[in-house]
Formats: sequence, structure tokens, C-alpha cells
Amino acid sequence: MLTAPSLSYALLAPILIVLAGAVAGVLVEAFVSMVHRTAIQLTLSIGTLLLSLQQLWRIRDQSSTTAAVNSVTIDKAGIFLQATVILLALVAVLLIADLDNFVALASALPGSHEEQSSLREKSKQTEIFPLFLFAVAGMMLFPVATDLITLFVALEVFSLPLYLLAGLSRRRRLLSQESALKYFLLGAYASAFFLFGAAFLYGYAGTISLAGISAAAGGANDIFLLIGIIFVSVGLLFKISAVPFHSWTPDVYQGAPTPVTAFMAACTKVAAFGAILRIFYVGFAESQTIWRPIITAVAIITMLFGSLVAIAQRDVKRMLAYSSIAHAGFLLSGVVALNKDGLAASLFYLFAYGFATLGAFGIIALIRDSSGEVSDLNRWIGLGKKSPLIAATFSFLLLSFAGIPLTSGFVGKFAIFSAAYESGNIALVVVGVLASAIAAFFYIRVIIMMFFTDPVNDSVSVIIPSIKSRVSIIISAVISITLGIAPSLLLTTADNFANFIK
Amino acid sequence: MLTSANLVWLIALPLFSSAILLLAGKRSNSWGHVLATTVSASAFTVGVIEFFAMQGRPEESRAVTQKLFTWISVGTFKVDASLLLDQLSICFVLLITGVGTLIHIYSIAYMSHDLDRRRFFAYLNLFIAAMLLLVLGDSYLNLYVGWEGVGLASYLLIGFWNQKPAYATAAKKAFVANRVGDVGLSLAIMIAFATFGDVSFAGIKEHAEHASSTQLTAIGLMLLLAACGKSAQFPLQSWLGDAMAGPTPVSALIHAATMVTAGVYLITRSNFIFDQAPIAQLMVLVIGGVTLLFGAIIGTAKDDIKKALAASTMSQIGYMILATGLGPIGYAFAIMHLLTHGFFKASMFLGAGSVMHGMKDEVNMRKFGGIGKFMPITALTFGLGYLAIIGVPPFAGFYSKDKIIETAFNAGGVKGIALGVATLVGAMITAFYMTRVVILTFFGNERWGHTDEPHESPALMLIPIALLSVGSVVSGFVLSKGQGLVHWLEPIVNPLKEHHAEEFLPPIVVSAMTLSVVVIGVSIAIMKYRGDQLAVAPVNVSSLTKAARRDLFQDDFNETVFMRPGQSLVSNLLNLDYLVIDGTVRAVGSISLTAGSKLRSLQNGYVRSYALLTVIGALALLTVIWVVTA
Repeated sequence: MLTAPSLSYALLAPILIVLAGAVAGVLVEAFVSMVHRTAIQLTLSIGTLLLSLQQLWRIRDQSSTTAAVNSVTIDKAGIFLQATVILLALVAVLLIADLDNFVALASALPGSHEEQSSLREKSKQTEIFPLFLFAVAGMMLFPVATDLITLFVALEVFSLPLYLLAGLSRRRRLLSQESALKYFLLGAYASAFFLFGAAFLYGYAGTISLAGISAAAGGANDIFLLIGIIFVSVGLLFKISAVPFHSWTPDVYQGAPTPVTAFMAACTKVAAFGAILRIFYVGFAESQTIWRPIITAVAIITMLFGSLVAIAQRDVKRMLAYSSIAHAGFLLSGVVALNKDGLAASLFYLFAYGFATLGAFGIIALIRDSSGEVSDLNRWIGLGKKSPLIAATFSFLLLSFAGIPLTSGFVGKFAIFSAAYESGNIALVVVGVLASAIAAFFYIRVIIMMFFTDPVNDSVSVIIPSIKSRVSIIISAVISITLGIAPSLLLTTADNFANFIK
Repeated sequence: MLTSANLVWLIALPLFSSAILLLAGKRSNSWGHVLATTVSASAFTVGVIEFFAMQGRPEESRAVTQKLFTWISVGTFKVDASLLLDQLSICFVLLITGVGTLIHIYSIAYMSHDLDRRRFFAYLNLFIAAMLLLVLGDSYLNLYVGWEGVGLASYLLIGFWNQKPAYATAAKKAFVANRVGDVGLSLAIMIAFATFGDVSFAGIKEHAEHASSTQLTAIGLMLLLAACGKSAQFPLQSWLGDAMAGPTPVSALIHAATMVTAGVYLITRSNFIFDQAPIAQLMVLVIGGVTLLFGAIIGTAKDDIKKALAASTMSQIGYMILATGLGPIGYAFAIMHLLTHGFFKASMFLGAGSVMHGMKDEVNMRKFGGIGKFMPITALTFGLGYLAIIGVPPFAGFYSKDKIIETAFNAGGVKGIALGVATLVGAMITAFYMTRVVILTFFGNERWGHTDEPHESPALMLIPIALLSVGSVVSGFVLSKGQGLVHWLEPIVNPLKEHHAEEFLPPIVVSAMTLSVVVIGVSIAIMKYRGDQLAVAPVNVSSLTKAARRDLFQDDFNETVFMRPGQSLVSNLLNLDYLVIDGTVRAVGSISLTAGSKLRSLQNGYVRSYALLTVIGALALLTVIWVVTA
């Protein structure tokens, strides 16, 4: 006879609320007239996220390895990561709410009559909101999932909506659709690696739970363990765009609608790194001799590759894509550290980096000419004279990416490198600092272009940001500044929450 | 120790007012000066209240502190932003806010035609706040903040009329010379921290009792360097004359009465270091002695009335520094001379400002003459200041300067005789150049060469001058009555307990000698400058006069020894920077760029290539791990 699984709904409530909100959003699409949909969907999304955040606050001190049988573990670090995802999503949804970045009718072929008429009718693709909420729910499940199947499900739950969202750009639609297809194909391919690895791990340990795999480590037939770890890692490293599994990143970041890029760059990183941290700290902790050398190697290659190639970019979105690759490398240093400080530093870094990224992409969405966004860096020349405030904010966020002191980026890098140093990975720290220096080169080059190069007569303009974009950019900038000046506000919290239970 | 919640207002009031005036901009043009003056007067009121409260308490509980916040907390090193008001700092608080308020009032009239009067008052308030922080900080680090703050205010005010390039240069010169001293102060703090792990006055005083004299000497010499920069002492004195480019009230407040005496405060405050570092103390004496003669000699040759007074300030501060080098009893006399000097020099500077006001901003004394009958009140107050500075009894300078000369003689041995003679010679030259200033300005033939008669200044300017000259008449008597100030400062510098020195000369003899040299100095000046003078400076003069006119070649020396080698060093470094360092960076940059472009070609846009890359990556990882684990 089958027994019903016991679920602790209180602990799962934050995830379930977001899923419920997403389902409700689908119903809104079905039953509410197009005129009111945008406002209702936006309210619904924000309300859902706030409610979920409130539930998270309620359970902030609880922990359980059996929140959903043995598949979900709610613990301090998990709650911190979920809260980070929600907070970032709250800011991201404000960027997404500027629907003029999105296609009017996704099903219309680019250049067709349907597209023309949908543009004339000013129709809006408000399905974006429920898709967004499904992705957020997946991202919240991913870092708390503790068996390989749940991990896989969560991975797919947040990936599938993102594949779709990436293809919904209003302008340059073919590029957008191409990027969506690439993202989907390669994402599916990486998922296959993950599943393949999971099968090997099951074959090795006889269980799919991370705790079980950890307990079985050291047994015989460790070739299975080895292959399993590597293939599961490939699937995860793909999501965080580590080299050499990064190749989708520039194409997708460039092709996707900018608010979606912002959401992906910020939230996917948090969710995927959350899962990686849990898997390596909990599931593979006993097999560290296998994975630490390879993750160290990947981190080094990723930092250097991302920083070097970013220099050669002429497109600001692609440049930030490579920058995000480099940041994945920095974050991997925190994974390799494999100590409490490394975990705390990673939590801080993810939070700080997420907000800086949202702010930077939010600003990119504002720089336009008559045909839409201008991401060609040469045309940003002289922006500092036309819109000093926007250019100054963007410069500040770039300085934060570069890790200049008094920005949140500096504190994050400092914390993560000192944790890596403590764990004895001096080579990693040296390369990390070198890569940071290289990276500073291209960030500062953009600042020089904006402020210190004479503008050519070009018709790039900055659109007046809507109140929603403005709020999200301001929040991101303020958080980046605050965390730079008074990092202990969050460092202490991150330190208190840096705990996975096994 | 008692705590008080009022101290912060002393600093906060002028600081806020300064911020308001700077931020409100033109909107505050009409009331800015009133706010600034009110605030300064309020700070003075707080100071007076605190003074009487302090006087009412028994000696051992007179000092009060106020902790504002924890400023730095790193491991075991903790610095609080705390204020300390004790017998020494209250003297300064009253001087700064009292003289400061009078000068605020004076400036309302003096600056009334200036379009930027509001900004001027904002800077004055900023100065008051910074100077109060300097004397109220309870650690060297807190003092340092005020120290830099007054440097900034001084820079802004010297260059207040920066539309004239020469004035802007003067501001820059003051800033650079001060930086040299500031480096000394920061080094002193670093050595103190490295040695004692503490930067507070109380903490270092405790540690100093059993510290090695080498360390204390190093700290002391660095503190002396700092004092030389701020107080325009040899060899960092060159900026003070040029600082007269600032509006005259600034010269009176900052470059005569208060800021330039910060060095004296610093050494007095650090008495526990200097008392145990004989070499540093000897250097203090040498610097003080050299500067008092140096300044006096320069003062004899200056035709610019403000520069003559500036040279005099340098010389008088030389007296104070020398006094601080004389050990426990000297500190009290240094502070006494500092306070009396604050009155009479400020009064004379404001008098000079009044003359300039009546003479269309003319500063050349050769073009004055006979102004006394047109500006009687200015002449009278200036005269009182004059009698005070040359040390005629019963005016203020007599009490304070005589004591320094007497203590110098009592230092004992060859040292005592050398110092005593130096101070006596200084007194004679002082009498000479001050008489010269008075005669050239207020007596003799009218040489201004235009028909407009000079006019007396408005009451708003005359009243502050009059009040200050009351100070220059009575302050010496009041402070020295029953050794009042000496007893008052006793807990800080312990003057009476350790004062066993044999009297080399009885006080009455010293006074007689001083008075005689003063009479000689005055007589020589009267002989030389009586009768009609020419409106231009004579050319055929002795080489000493020529040297004095050129500030004893201090600028030439600085330019030859520091500036030109410095400039060539900089240009060489610039070349090195361009060729080697920039070259390396450019090379790294172009290598990175090439590498980036090459790596970029991996990104060809085909999904199949990307997928292949993923497989290769996974296989590479497998191979690596196989090799590593095998």
C-alpha cells in the first residue's frame, strides 16, 4: 500500500505561494480583458513575491531536512538564498513591467502582417508575468533541493520559462528568437549531462539523496562517483556560465529582451550557485579530492577567459555577459574554499552582484535611438555629457563590478578571496586578483568613453525612465552604495545564515 | 572624569552653520553673515559657561569629556571620537570663539562690498569648527582631523580672492608648506601607535612614563616638524608672508591669533613626550630661537604693513615655541604669551585692515604717513597694541614676554645665556620694527599721493578693535596676577612641582634689561624714521636689508634646494612612468586585447560548435581528474 508523503507546508509555503501566483496569473490571462491585464498581472506578481517574502521571514529560524520527505531541506543558507532570489525578482519585475521591451504578439512571424497589426493594436504579451513567476519558483526550489531528481525538476522549472522569455524581444526579433533556440538546445543538452551524471551517482551510491551520496563516498567502484560528479558539475557549470560551458551566454544575453537578461543574470546566478554550494558543501564534501582540483581549474580559466574576452567586446550587453562569466569564476573561488567563510562570502557576493547587475541592465534598457536600444559601445561616447546622472550611476555600478573600494563589489571580492586564501588556494587568489585587474580595464574604458571622450554627433538619447524602471535602478544603486560603505549590515547577516544542515 | 553633553555644540554649531551657508547658496546672501556671527557668539557663550563651571569645580575634576561615537574599532585598536575640555583647551576655546566672534563682527563691515561675503562667512565658521576640534580632540587622531580642517579653511581663505593668480599661488604655497608639517604629524601618530598601540593623550601619557627615549625623541621631532609647518617656524615659515593675500580679518584670526599658534598647543599638549626627550626639546629651543630672530629681522625691512605684521607674528610665535622648549614652567608662559599675543596682534591686524579700508586697500607703508589725525581711533588702538607687543609695562606683552626672557636666562649655563641673549636681541628688534610701522603709518608727512583724505572706519569695525585693545592692555596683568594662569595649567604641565632651577638673574634685573633694549630699539627707529620720508623704498641699502626684504632668501633657498630638483625629479619620473610603467601597461593591454580577440573567435554563433566545446570540456575535466587521481 502507498502512504501519502508528509509535507511541511509551512516550510514550503514560500515556494508554493509563488507557484500559486503563477497559476493564478495563467487564469488572469484566460479570463481578464486585455486592457486590465498588465496592471493586474504586475500587482499579482509583486503581491505574490511580497507574501512569499513574508512567509520566508516567518520561518527564518526554522530548519528541517524533511520539509518534503527527503527531497527538500530548509536551512539558514537556503532561506538566505531564497530571500535573495525574491528580493532580486521584486526589482526585476519592475524592469520587466516596462512592456515596450517585449514583443506585442509572440506568435506573429517577424515582419508579417500579424506583427504589424498587433503593433497597431498595441497588444501586449502579458504571459510574461506568469512565466516569470514559474521561473522564480524554480529558482527558489533549486537551492533547497536535496536529491538529484528534485534538483533536476527545479532546474527545468526555472529554465523552461527562461528559454521562452529570451525569445520575446520586441526589436531585432530574429536575433532574439535565435538566442532563445540556442539557449534551449544547449540547455537541454546540459540537462542531459546532469541526468547522465545523476544516473552514475545513483549507480554508485544506490540513492539519489545528497546525504546518501555523501555517506557512500569512499566506497568501491569510485569511477562511477567520478563520472557522476563531473557530469552533474557540467550541467550546473553550464547554468552559471563557467568556461568552457559558457558559450551560450553572450548570444543569449545579447538577444534576450534586456529586462529578461537582467533577471537571468541576477537570479539564475543566485539559484544555480545556491544549488552548487549545497551540492558541493553537502553532497560531495567527502569527495573533495576529486572535485576541488577541477573546480579550481575551471574557476581559474573562467576568471581569465571572461576578463580577457570582455576587453575585445564592442557591445555593452556582450561585455556584461563576459563580465558575468568572469564573476562566475570569482564565485567559484568561494565554492572551492569549502569553509564557512567561503559560504558566507558567496552569499554576500551573490546578493551584491545581483543588484549591481539589475541596475546595470536597467540602465542599458534606457539608452536608445529611434530604432531601439543602442548597445554598441562606440555610440555611448559622450553619454556623460548628455545624461550625467545616468552615466554616473552606470559608472558606479561598473566600478562595483570592477571591485573598486567603497563599492559592494569590492567587499564581495575581498570576502571571497580572503576565504579562498584561508583555505590555502593561493594560486586561485593570485589569478583572481590578476583577472580583477584585467577586468577593471574594460569597465573603466566604458567610463572613459562616457565621460572623457568627445562625443561625435550621433542621435543616441536616453529615454526618460518610467517610474518603475527608475525605482528599480535607484534601489539597485542605493543597495550597491550602502553595501560598499557599510558592508557589515549584510556581512553579519550572511555570516549568521552561512549554514547548510546535512 | 566628568562627562558633559555640551561640548559637541561648540563644534557642531559653526559646522552646521557653515554647511547651511554653503548649501543654501545665494538664498542666504542676505542673512548669512548674521547667522555665522550669531553662531560664533553662541559658541563663545557655551565656552564661557563651561569655563565658569570648570572654575567652580575642584582642581582634580575640572576636565570634562564627551564621547561622540566609536570612530575606529579594529581588533584591539579602538579610537573614539571624543572631546576633552580641560584647563588647557578652555584657554583656546575662549580665545578662538571670543576673538573669532569679534572678527566676525568686524568682517560684516569689512566685507560688506564683497559679492561673496556669504562664502567668506561660511569658511570662517568652518575654520572655527575645525580649530575647536583641534583643541578639543582627546587623541592625536582627533586632533589631526581638526589640524587638517584648519589647514583647509586657511587654504580657502588665503585664496579667497583667487581671481588674482598671485593670491591663488599664495594659497597653494601655504597648503604645500603645511603638508610637509602634516606629514610630520601623521608620522608622529604612526610611531606612537606602533610603539604604544594607542593614540589618545591620556594613553600615551601613561605609556610615555616608561618608554625609551629614542622612541619619544622620534615622536617629539615629528611633532616639532608638524608645529613648524602650522606655526610658520623655521624652516617651514615661508608661507606666512604670502598668506597675507587673504582678507585682513583672516590674517587677524587665522594667521595671527589662533591657527598659527596650533603648533604651540601641540607641543604643550605633548609635554609628557618632550619632557622625556631632551634632544627633541633642544631642537624646540633652537627652532624657536632661530625663528624669533629670523622673523624679527624680516620685519624690519617689510614695507607692506600686513607682511611686517606677519613677520612679527612669526617672531612672536618663535618666542612661544622657545618657551615650550624650556620645560614645565615654560609651557605656562608660552600659553600666556599666546593669549596676550592673540589680543594685541589681532587688534593690530584689524587696525591695519581699518587703515587699508580708509586708504583704498593700499598696504605699502611708504605711501601712508600722517594717518593718525584722520583715523584717531584706529591710531589709538593700534598704539595700545604697539605698546603691548614691545613690552612696555603695564601692557600685556610686558608680563608675558618678560617671563619668557627670564625663564630663558634661567635655563642655566651656556644654553641659558645664549637663549637669554637671543630673546633680548629679539625684543630690541621688535621694538625697532614696530616703532617703524607706527611712525611710517600714523606719523610724518602724508605720502599717499591723492587728494581723497583717509576716513575713519565704521563703528562695526571699530568696536571689535576697541574690545581687543582692552585685552591688549589688561590681559597680561589679569593672567599673571598671583600666577593665575600658571596655577590654572598646573595639572596639565606640572610647572611648579618640578621647577627647582636656580635663578640666574633676579626678575627685576631681567625687566630692567628688557626695558633698556626696548628703549634702544625705539630710539633707533625714531632717529631713523623721524622727519619726512619718501614714498618709495630706498635702493641703496645694506645687503642685510636687501636680504631681509627678500625674506632672508627663504624662497630662493626653497626654490633652489626643493622646488627645482623636485620639478626635474617629477619630469624624469613622468618620462619613466610614460616609457616603462605605461609602456608595460600598454603592452599588457595590447596582449590582452589580442588574446581576447583570438579567444573571441571561439564564439562563432553555431550551436553545434558550442555543444562540441561542452563535450570537449567535459572530457577534458574527466581526463584531468583521471590523471590526478591515478
